[in-house]
Amino acid sequence: MAKPPTLNFDTLALHAGQQPDPSTGARATPIYQTASYVFRDTDYAVGLFNIERAGHVYSRLSNPTNAVLEERIATLDMGVGAIATASGQAAMHLAVATIINAGEHIVASRSIYGGTHNLLDYTLPRFGISTSFVNPRDLDAIRAAITPETRLVFAEVVGNPGMEVLNIPAVAEIAHKAGLPLMVDATFATPYLCRPIELGADLVMHSATKFLSGHGVVIGGLLVDGGTFDWEASGKFPTLTQPYPGFHNLNFAEEFGPAAFITRARKEGLRDFGACMSPTTAFHILQGIETLSLRMQRHIDNTQAVVEFLAEQEQVASVNHPLLPDHPDHELAKTLLPNGVSAVFSFDIKGGRQAGIKFIESLNVFSHLANVGDAKSLVIHPASTTHHRMDEAALASAGISEGLIRLSIGLEDPRDLIADLKAGLKASQRL
Amino acid sequence: MYLNVSGKKTFFSNGNGQLDSAQPSIVFLHGAGMDHSIWVMPARFFARHQRNVYAFDLPGHGRSEGSALGAIDDLADWVGSALQAAAVPKAALVGHSMGSLVALNFAARHPGMTAAIALLGTSVPMPVTPPLLNAAKANEQDAIDMTNIWSHSSFGQTGGNENPGISMTMSGQRLLESAGQDVLFTDLNACNEFANGEALAAQVKAPALVIAGNQDKMTSPVKALEVASRIKGSQQVRLEPCGHAMLSEQPNAVLDALASFLLPLE
Repeated sequence: MAKPPTLNFDTLALHAGQQPDPSTGARATPIYQTASYVFRDTDYAVGLFNIERAGHVYSRLSNPTNAVLEERIATLDMGVGAIATASGQAAMHLAVATIINAGEHIVASRSIYGGTHNLLDYTLPRFGISTSFVNPRDLDAIRAAITPETRLVFAEVVGNPGMEVLNIPAVAEIAHKAGLPLMVDATFATPYLCRPIELGADLVMHSATKFLSGHGVVIGGLLVDGGTFDWEASGKFPTLTQPYPGFHNLNFAEEFGPAAFITRARKEGLRDFGACMSPTTAFHILQGIETLSLRMQRHIDNTQAVVEFLAEQEQVASVNHPLLPDHPDHELAKTLLPNGVSAVFSFDIKGGRQAGIKFIESLNVFSHLANVGDAKSLVIHPASTTHHRMDEAALASAGISEGLIRLSIGLEDPRDLIADLKAGLKASQRL
Repeated sequence: MYLNVSGKKTFFSNGNGQLDSAQPSIVFLHGAGMDHSIWVMPARFFARHQRNVYAFDLPGHGRSEGSALGAIDDLADWVGSALQAAAVPKAALVGHSMGSLVALNFAARHPGMTAAIALLGTSVPMPVTPPLLNAAKANEQDAIDMTNIWSHSSFGQTGGNENPGISMTMSGQRLLESAGQDVLFTDLNACNEFANGEALAAQVKAPALVIAGNQDKMTSPVKALEVASRIKGSQQVRLEPCGHAMLSEQPNAVLDALASFLLPLE
């Protein structure tokens, strides 16, 4: 007998987590722009506070619009639950704060978003949490970096700016053998291109600002708990396995089983750090997710056209995208990300820093700004913007050449994108 | 918390309450492949309302030692041993699915120890389709998938959980995946082979409540209400929209039904 049918990805992207509004019949998810919720009676109120009843108390902790978004991303990512946060950075911080204490340690890929690197390398040490950075392709280095104090292995599905494709099953195996969860940032991939939990990751975070919302109009983050990691068997996570005085000695692993992490993150992290998402933001992200499959496929198709174009241009020294056969992760990408890898990638323009500046300033369709994952195509030249204080040597140590250009390919007609790039490349060599 | 039941370390949640021999006791019995965590909300509610809560992990499930018991009779006997170990002379029994059969069996055979029974997602008999049973016997992932999918209504499959940010289907899936080898099969087989349930239902003297989900594909609401009709004076609550995983799909309605039924009892 075949298994009973379930709803497929594209349907879930439109419907998961939402029923038509019970009081009005509204088909779209309403924006519940409210700070708080009236209690039916005092016993009901106590029940909500004491986790005897399901519902909402205060929108820092939960909100009906946010809850739809949270359930939708949890469903798409195959997690037991999710939390919407004020930004991707807030999602990252919430995860760390939920399970890691002063004196403990993280093993992280060295090829990660600059904001995450700042948090791990400069800010968290002030709170007693240290991080070792490793080459995400070097499995031995990951294994060797794990110490008795390590509590998390962290990497991005597709590295930034290195475009390393994370071997999620292999890294998860290393982490699990050490009694550690693997958390991945799946911002560039979204669940349309990669479902990390299915591949062995335990926690997933997204900057929903990017492809999930898809239109560059909001800032938001999502933290997803796969419900797969056995916190008790590990023995390294007292915040989940020991009584918590901050909630009447609640033992999250005992009471909530597979949902221990996400429940603690909400009951403590959202409560105390308060980096919650606005319900209006959640609404915008939900609109984006409704068309995620359509948009991501177009992003990927356009990216393929642009990558193939750039690879043939004489002004281009190299293109760094796993689509190309000479990329070190070309085969791995085909296995782990069969729908496509990323619409964000980089290439090296001949002529260094000055050529990069000329190129950027000659573009008309691409927007020069510090973001990715917009419906519109975006471009940035790190050596003249985000990393402008660095000399050539410092840039090299960060894996950034003076001529490195990062593109985020949008949804325009690919012929217009290629024409724009062609003109920019021509202008870049007029030095 | 742990009890020693027949020489085996046995876990139960007391709902974060206090155990006091002067208080009424409620025993919660989970279904096939599950554990005590399905009862987290009612356990905490009744503990706050001065009830001794024993939300057990049945043998071989969750944190409890031993192997899963292969027959409903044996599970009902085990409940007797657990009550003895807890020094509880009489308790209300709340069971879901397989747990409902255990509660029914226990109530019929031990009327003096049964204050009340609440049967959630029940059916007598409780046949299990051979493809599911065979997949469970082979410890195949398909068995977990089938159990989980059939346990959820169309509402549950889509979502819109009262419990913010939690996926109903994935929570059920992960809980089933956490069960040990052969546990799901042993449980499903015990349900499948349970006989004489109709006669046992007629023997129940304790106050009884049957809660049925209108879209329950594992234990149909028609069958659940037939069980209710066999228990003299029983109450019935039909939840909508609701499948077999009613504690996940309708946590507040289940709690309201249990509270209305159990709180007035001493």
